[in-house]
Amino acid sequence: MALIPISLKVNGTRFERAVEPRRLLSDFLREDLGLKATHVGCEHGVCGTCTVLMDGEAVRSCLSFAVQADGCEVRTADGLAQGGKLSALQQAFWEKHGLQCGFCTPGMLMVATELLERNAKPTKAEIEEAVSSNLCRCTGYYNIVESVQRAAELMQEGAK
Amino acid sequence: MKPAPFEYVRPGSLAEALDALARHAPAGRILAGGQSLVPMMNLRLVKPAVLIDINRVPGLADIRVDGGELVIGALARHAALLASELVAKHCPLMVEAYRCVAHGPIRNRGTLGGNISHADPASEMPAVLAACDAKIGVRSAKRARTIPATEFFTGPLTTALAEGEMVTEIRIPTAKPGQGAAWQEAANRQGDFAMAGVAAIVTVAGGKCTHASVAVAGMERPGVRLPAVEKKLVGTTLDDAAITAAASMASEAVRPSGSYHADPIYKRELAETLTARALAAARERAR
Repeated sequence: MALIPISLKVNGTRFERAVEPRRLLSDFLREDLGLKATHVGCEHGVCGTCTVLMDGEAVRSCLSFAVQADGCEVRTADGLAQGGKLSALQQAFWEKHGLQCGFCTPGMLMVATELLERNAKPTKAEIEEAVSSNLCRCTGYYNIVESVQRAAELMQEGAK
Repeated sequence: MKPAPFEYVRPGSLAEALDALARHAPAGRILAGGQSLVPMMNLRLVKPAVLIDINRVPGLADIRVDGGELVIGALARHAALLASELVAKHCPLMVEAYRCVAHGPIRNRGTLGGNISHADPASEMPAVLAACDAKIGVRSAKRARTIPATEFFTGPLTTALAEGEMVTEIRIPTAKPGQGAAWQEAANRQGDFAMAGVAAIVTVAGGKCTHASVAVAGMERPGVRLPAVEKKLVGTTLDDAAITAAASMASEAVRPSGSYHADPIYKRELAETLTARALAAARERAR
């Protein structure tokens, strides 16, 4: 199958590659670009650990083809920390033990990023609604919800 | 867990998309949000030889009001419809049902046109559109036609779309004064597929029900209306006794297929209970 040239921005860096149409965005990020923060779980849209932001919206990278991201701006958990310093959201996950086994974490971070960018002071119910799209096999949602609450606090403090 | 190889086509206009669909029939499939198609491809349940990606076709995601109809482009995302003021005003039933549809990231990508073309019997929107007497606008390279939502869904994962045709828009009569509507659903978890769901719309004039529309999700095919229940309601005052009597007919009227979490007997009970609840809520909103 013919390769298709694509050009997209991932975490602020421009990449130009040629991909097979069937290349999933999740595999493209991990295998072609070597960005391994995005995890791959169920590969049919249920678990959410592959969630990335495409043009600011949380999407399942296992349900998008890399060719569809042509011209788009993609953000992954790889790009959250800046200059070796954890983002407020990552810091909060660390403080509140939101990681546990860590497998669902990249997806949780990205749905929480989308939530906090749209709503700086989410209620507990809004956080629960957002993270309910993703599965945590440790079933440790309490810590994850607390982490996002803590992140909102940290971001408020940082904004002052 | 990886899709089979396919050829990728990205039309820049509706005309190009329809040409591609005609040229690649029957092997070509439309790729809209991909939230049902891509999982099936990843699982290799389907292996389309050609994908026609309509995501960059301009104008196909518009939401507008035209005369007495809310007109929704096939590519309108679930998230956009859930947040739309036009939809909230002219089809509040759709917004209520959308609160039960999947999760944020799926709603960000999934489209109404894709949802109904996939035609999952457990899906909410076929029931909503059937209850609303919506019309489905479809086009091929050769012709355009309109199919009533009540005739669009012909079976599980099966629609009245002919080879070379795609859904382009959904037309819904706008909500009228004196009308009340409600969605009720039972699912294992918030956002899961419905075990059963019921859309009810009633119109009240002079204290009497003049029109009733009831449709169910989670049964043998998508978008099933329950005319026996509707008939029983018209002419009543929609008091509790009338609702109970009509709802009791729902359990007989449905033909549920069993699923892992709900056998047919339970689904019949759900149909009755949810019909009664939806009708009671719709009645209050009609006042």
